[in-house]
This record gives sequence, structure tokens and C-alpha cells, in this order.
Amino acid sequence: MKEYWRWSEYRRTVRGVDWTKAEIVSGGVDVGAVSSKAALMADDRLFAYSIARTGSSSPDSAKKVTDWALEGTGMKLSDVQCVVGTGYGRVNVPFANRTITEISCHARGANYIWGPMVRTILDMGGQDCKAIRSDRNGKVTAFLMNDRCAAGTGRGVEVIADLMSIPIEEIGPASLNVEKDPEPISTTCVVFAKSAALALLRKGWSKEMVLAAYCSAMANRVAELLRRVGVEKEFVITGGISKNIGIVKRLERIMGIEALPPKNELDPALAGAIGAALFARDFYKKRA
Amino acid sequence: MDIGSRNVKALLMVDNRTLSEGQTLCGFDQKAATEKLVEDLLRESNLSHSDIAHIVATGVGKNSSPYPASEITMVSADALGSNFLFPSARMVIDVGAENSLVVRCTEKGKVIDFAESDKCAAGSGTFIEAMARALEVKLEEIGPLSLKAKNSIVLNTQCTVFAESEVVSLIHQKVSKADIARAIHDSIANRIASLARRIRIQKDIVLVGGVALNVGFVNSLESTIGVELLVPKDPEFVGALGVALTYSKQKESGRR
Repeated sequence: MKEYWRWSEYRRTVRGVDWTKAEIVSGGVDVGAVSSKAALMADDRLFAYSIARTGSSSPDSAKKVTDWALEGTGMKLSDVQCVVGTGYGRVNVPFANRTITEISCHARGANYIWGPMVRTILDMGGQDCKAIRSDRNGKVTAFLMNDRCAAGTGRGVEVIADLMSIPIEEIGPASLNVEKDPEPISTTCVVFAKSAALALLRKGWSKEMVLAAYCSAMANRVAELLRRVGVEKEFVITGGISKNIGIVKRLERIMGIEALPPKNELDPALAGAIGAALFARDFYKKRA
Repeated sequence: MDIGSRNVKALLMVDNRTLSEGQTLCGFDQKAATEKLVEDLLRESNLSHSDIAHIVATGVGKNSSPYPASEITMVSADALGSNFLFPSARMVIDVGAENSLVVRCTEKGKVIDFAESDKCAAGSGTFIEAMARALEVKLEEIGPLSLKAKNSIVLNTQCTVFAESEVVSLIHQKVSKADIARAIHDSIANRIASLARRIRIQKDIVLVGGVALNVGFVNSLESTIGVELLVPKDPEFVGALGVALTYSKQKESGRR
């Protein structure tokens, strides 16, 4: 059976960074509920990174994703002077010197990726969703989180991708391929939304229309969380769902604010790992 | 008729006595399923449509009845049906496929208060179905299985989608299926119990709806709220019984 939920795993080395000349080499490992990310930094420059699916064992996933980021760079894990673990499985990063919550790391990472003007970060992850406010230094000033319910999380999108037999990366674009947005699916519960979506398909709706109704419902749900914490410019979206244009566009419409586009082709899902690597660098500096 | 989100239940009543009852899956077309069920019941009882004095419908699909019918809410139907079976009933807990309902009522079956949960699958039969699938046991086996549990463990997640992954990881951790089944029933029992607490728990409590057939759930709910539950023989038909009773009650009071 084809696995429509399966998103692509990958690794990259940033060109033109010579880590051997760096004063401090630091690493951040973000073990999420669905995906694991690793970021390696040479001083204040991102050097290599990777993103892979979290397996049944968090320590193994942490090791695997870090080894993958190191692959082909000539850098070894022993060259990394300080590592910070973050994410849902952060206590399970065996080689981490410290752990920090993903909330702090996402704020810090967003500050690095987009700059000090970022004040609101929406992190839409695999199994939770967080609305974070931060100051110009990337320090968290307030946050709200939904980790109880799959509605508005990546896991929820995976379920729908499977149901509709559409690769997860195509859900967003397909959902925008409608003339006019239909009414959102009335239930936010992913399980009930599944049966609601089936009922619509039976009624003769196109897949695109059903996806539009579903993405609207998800955007509505996430908008509630954002409203409660308050949105201030600049607004950015991190985490895997930031790549779902169908949800992002609708969310921007509902909130009346545009999110900054991804910068330097950097995957916003990496924000947590990058933040962790930045914290690792701070710790090393303080200790040295 | 009780036209639910999963099954439609119908019952023929002569005076205050049930003549026949039956249920079928709603499938794609609730209307057609309901029609077929009623026709089957009539044939079984050697009756024709003209013998039916009146039809009353309830359930989420009550307005898709294929026949002209008066409608009442599921809340009233549950209270009336339970009161008829157990006059001592002061509270009814109804756990169905996609929603759950708690009702507090008088000794005459009149509704005092109620609370409902239909926004989240974690408090409904769908939750147990999904968990049985994750556990790879048949739905009718998960109840008896959970009675064999030796250890009490707690699911960390509530959401059906998240709990599916949690169950799978518990299997990987070699936790026994019986213990996991128990945790599953405890989880939904907790949600139902907090719904009941919202309107104050009062004895005697009748448990109705399809999920009442699951002995594992009954056991978990009893230990969660600390009260023994009255479970009728055909718990899924109590709503249909209640709607049929509204008409015969009306008749009775008219005669008086």
C-alpha cells in the first residue's frame, strides 16, 4: 500500500562554511513526536542539517538524525563541542549536554532565521501546536499550546492524506485548487472529520473541495489559539505544517496578517533544532 | 426509530409492550436503511404499514426519517426508556458510536438536567473501535480481554489519533494486550465520568447505548464512578423504546 502520509526526509550541507576554522562547533537535536531534526553550527553559521521520521525509540532517532547531518562533512560527533536536546523526546538525546524546551528553542530559532523583528511564532508540529510570543532577543514572553487533540497538527494532516490517497506534500496546493472555499468541515476532531470527509465525497464533492473544507477547519482551529495569545508583527510559522500552503494561506486570511515567507530556503521545521544549537553555543561560551 | 450516527434502531410497540425490534447499519443512505429495517420488522410481525398508528423518531438522523414522524430529543427518549425498564433510575448514561450523553431524571422519567459530548471521538464508541484496531483484536473481544488485566496502566494521551500511536508503542514495549485494553476502557470511562459529574452523579444509574454491551467498559466505568450500573438486556434499543413510549403515554393520558 502506498504511504501517502510519508513526507520526504533529507539532509543538507550549507556551502561555503569551513567548520574546521570555527571557534565553537555546536549542535541542536530536536526529537519531535513525528520528525527528528538535527542542526550543526560553526560559530554563528548554520553548517549542516537533517530531518527524518522519529522511530519507536527516541535515543536511536536522535543518534540517527545527527549521524545523518554529519554524513559527508568530515565532522564527527566528537568535534561538536556542545549539544542541546529539545522537543518531545529531548530527555532521550543520549549525547546532549543539556535539554531545553522546544518552545524556547523555536522562539530562538525563529529569531535566527527571520531576524529580531519576529514577535509571534506559530509552531505547528506533528502532535502539537504552539502559539509563542517573543521579544527582540528571541526570548519567550508568552505561549499557549494544544497538545491534547490532533486537530491542527501534522498527525491530523497525515490521517487525511491517507484517507484521500493524496501525497501529504500535495494536500495544500490541491486544497487551493477550488473556485470558492466551501464551508469548513463542522467538526474539528480528526476522527469525526474523517467520516465527515467521506460523507462529502459520497455526496459527489471533488477531493479538492473536501480538502479545502478540511484545511479551513484546521486553520480556524489554529486561529483560536493564536487569538488567545495575541498576534503581533512580525509573524512567522515554524514546524512541518508551515509547508502546507492550504492551511497557511487560510490562516493568514482569517487572522488578517501575513506570515513572513521562509528565508534562505531554510526549512521552518528546523527552527527548533537551530534554536537548540544556538543555546548550545551560549552554554559552551559561558563554560569556557 | 432511533437513527444514530452508525446504526438505526427500530422497534414496534403494541400498547406498552415491545412486539419486535431490529437494527441495521446506516451505511451510505440513512433513509433507505431505515425504510428497509421498518419493512422487515413489519413483515416479521405480519403487519402492514397501515397498522402503525404513529411513528416517533429520535437520534442524530431523526430528520431523515423516510416516513412522516414526530420527533423527540435523544435526551427525553433515553430518560423515558430507562425509566420504563428501571423505575428507580435517576440518571442515564448513553454511550453511542459518535456521541455520549448523560441525563438526570425524575421518578417519572422527566428530564432534570443533561450534558452531551459530541465534539471529540475520545468519549465515544469510535474511540474503542479505533483502539481495538490498533491492538489487533476484534471489537467484541476487547471487553472480555480487559477483564483479564493484571496491571493498571494509564494512557498519556486522550485524543484518538494520538492514543492509536500510544497503543502501538505499548505493544512494542511488550505490555500485555489485556493491560492495554484495560487502560483503553479506563480512559474513555474517565471522560464519561467527568461528563456525568458535570450534572452531578445520582443513583440509580442506567447505562445504555451500544457501548454498554462492552463488559470491559462497564467494569471500568463502575470502578471510576464507584457506583454499580444497571445495564438493560438490549441497551442499544433504549432510545427507540423511549420514543415509542412517548406516543403510548400520550394515548394513556388522553384516555384518562
